[in-house]
Amino acid sequence: MGITGAQALIKFLEEEHVKYIFGYPGGAVLALYDAILESKKIKHVLVRQEQAAVHAASGYARVTGRPGVCLATSGPGATNLVTGLATAYMDSIPVVAITGQVGTDMIGTDAFQEVDIFGITMPITKHNYLVKDVNDLPKVVKEAFHIASTGRPGPVLIDIPKNVSGAVFDYQPPGPVDLRGYKPTYKGHPAQIKNLAKFIQEAERPVILAGGGVISSNANEELYALAEKINAPVTTTLMGLGAFPEDHQLSLGMLGLHGTPYANYAVTNCDLLISLGVRFDDRVISVASKFAPQAKIVHIDIDPAEIGKNVIVDLPIVGDVRLVLEELLKKVTKKEHHSWLQQVKAWKESHPMVYGNLSQLRPQYVIEKLGELTRGKAIITTDVGQHQMWAAQFYKFTKPRSFISSGGLGTMGYGFPAAVGAQLASPDSLVVAITGDGSFQMNMAEMGTATEQCLPIKILLFNNSYLSLVRQLQHFLCGKRYCGVEFTGNPDFVQLANSYPGAVGLRIEKPEDVEPVLKEAINNGKLTVIECRVSEEELVYPVVPPGRSLDEMIHYPVEEGGTNE
Amino acid sequence: MKHTLAVLVENRPGVLTRIAGLFARRGYNIDSLAVGRTDNPLISRMTIVVDGDDRVIEQVSKQLYKLIDVIKLTDITNDEYVDREMILIKVNADPAIRGEIMQIVEIFRARIVDIGRNSLIIEATGDEGKINAIESALRPFGIREVVRTGKIAMSRGPKHKNGKSQELL
Ligand SMILES: Cc1ncc(C[n+]2csc(CCOP(=O)(O)OP(=O)(O)O)c2C)c(N)n1
Repeated sequence: MGITGAQALIKFLEEEHVKYIFGYPGGAVLALYDAILESKKIKHVLVRQEQAAVHAASGYARVTGRPGVCLATSGPGATNLVTGLATAYMDSIPVVAITGQVGTDMIGTDAFQEVDIFGITMPITKHNYLVKDVNDLPKVVKEAFHIASTGRPGPVLIDIPKNVSGAVFDYQPPGPVDLRGYKPTYKGHPAQIKNLAKFIQEAERPVILAGGGVISSNANEELYALAEKINAPVTTTLMGLGAFPEDHQLSLGMLGLHGTPYANYAVTNCDLLISLGVRFDDRVISVASKFAPQAKIVHIDIDPAEIGKNVIVDLPIVGDVRLVLEELLKKVTKKEHHSWLQQVKAWKESHPMVYGNLSQLRPQYVIEKLGELTRGKAIITTDVGQHQMWAAQFYKFTKPRSFISSGGLGTMGYGFPAAVGAQLASPDSLVVAITGDGSFQMNMAEMGTATEQCLPIKILLFNNSYLSLVRQLQHFLCGKRYCGVEFTGNPDFVQLANSYPGAVGLRIEKPEDVEPVLKEAINNGKLTVIECRVSEEELVYPVVPPGRSLDEMIHYPVEEGGTNE
Repeated sequence: MKHTLAVLVENRPGVLTRIAGLFARRGYNIDSLAVGRTDNPLISRMTIVVDGDDRVIEQVSKQLYKLIDVIKLTDITNDEYVDREMILIKVNADPAIRGEIMQIVEIFRARIVDIGRNSLIIEATGDEGKINAIESALRPFGIREVVRTGKIAMSRGPKHKNGKSQELL
């Protein structure tokens, strides 16, 4: 019995346990939408702009660890996915994007709504396909899910011409995936793991650096076990936040340009750096030649191309972080590092994370309070800007998959749609999108999507009428010549929220409002915008100036009263 | 230093674009690239010559190897291998000086494949050194057009032993 390409696709998605498709329809995907309508297992989430569909799929993927799926029509629908695909690609997030394409007989004629999305997305996907024959479709879709979710995860795009999704064919279930050129290495080389155990045995000042790879390989328990066994302090990259509980005494918080002073000091002074699933982004290392200058650097990563790319390593181990740590744990014995941990403690005491006094409403304080009220257990998504850094610095993450942010591409507009995906993935969790007035306005139309889906997301909006992170750059690097960073046409965000059915707007203006308003929002069960009126004068500290090593960071200026009260 | 990479890829639309795009995007310069089918019609083989120090070549190889369509990649630079390139040269050739050109063609064991009223087309194959030599030998006559295929190369002996050098890591 024949079915259409579209029906075959939906059938396969059902078998893959896909629950949601984030999408936006159009002429080239009519058959696909028709097939979705027939499905009892898959729900379509209509977004307000296709970029939000990928971000939502990415938020969903980051919470569940399984591929998120998005769907767009040909031409403008497809190009609207580009930013989201690049975002997912940079952060190694498994996303399967399906686009409609003009009919195969029209391809290459500049037909209405035709765009070469296969060509456009080649450099920003892990792999992509243009399916020209409906008989290939089942195999392609199966491969796409396999590629997106194995090895180093990433987005995969499938471009399906209209006549292919509409074609009736004799559906044959695809056989097992066999890709000659794609065989990720999962198990680490035993001799290298043995060497690492030896390094650990010899080290006096070890530090563990955990990145996004720890989270995508679900290695947080192994990481915890290793840290405790060898008594090594743990710092994380932005993508690694939540991999290690930040309320643990071995936690150093985040490393890098806006990392904690103690993390930056520890890495600069360590004699062994065990890096797990990181890619040594320039925001993390600053200058490669001055990074961890006294340390033997060990790099464990599933992607061999990451090893030696930005930092020269002494010991590379290609493999899945979790499997490598499992093996390693069998080989290391308990270690104490009293004087090293003493030194780390001293740094924590002499240079704590601070912010100005509470004569005014401070975003750092709001985030800290949110952390206390939620005991570090909410799912936090962020946009990009100062608020993102403060969220990373002042919310104490205690579990993996709870910090969702565009780390690699730094995409403004990511946080709210990602929260939509996150909330659908984890309906019982408290999901808070921390955002700025600039970022929120990039995708605030998703209020409509969240309302329609009855999602009780909390949007913690820091409104200073400025693009403050850029303002901060102009402050430091352009002699306070501010250009193109002020908004004078902002809406009343509280009223905006109230204008959506079922949503509410709240406002925080003074430090005393923080706790009651946050509590009200957390408990109201509704989509809520919490607007915090803050000053544009705030700056993110510490900050490592360009070209400097991590320990040459600028601290919070004491004369401005750096305290937490 | 120039490196010669032998790359087996799936014979599929878009593969060449993927590879060329990867080089462009990461700022690596391709010296030459020659592609053709192998004995298996589903697999093509590319010979890529790329210039760079060991670190660059390592990155190039790893990034190439990451592409799903790349089946096998071997840096044959330090192996014993046979390489060939082909060139077609259209050179000015008044009847009066044809004899002289023919002598050069003879010396290089090249061939004249077309005769026009005032020009000749010469075909030559050989390693890069020979091709460069014939090109410069003919330059004084006035070269009108040149086309070179880029290098193709094959290791001597049964088959290459340490393909997929990434796995060594
Ligand atoms: C799509 C996009 N465009 C531009 C930028 C550059 N950029 C980085 S941070 C920033 C300002 C963000 O302002 P806002 O969202 O209000 O956050 P704040 O810094 O005020 O907390 C800008 C414009 C970006 N990251 N992404």
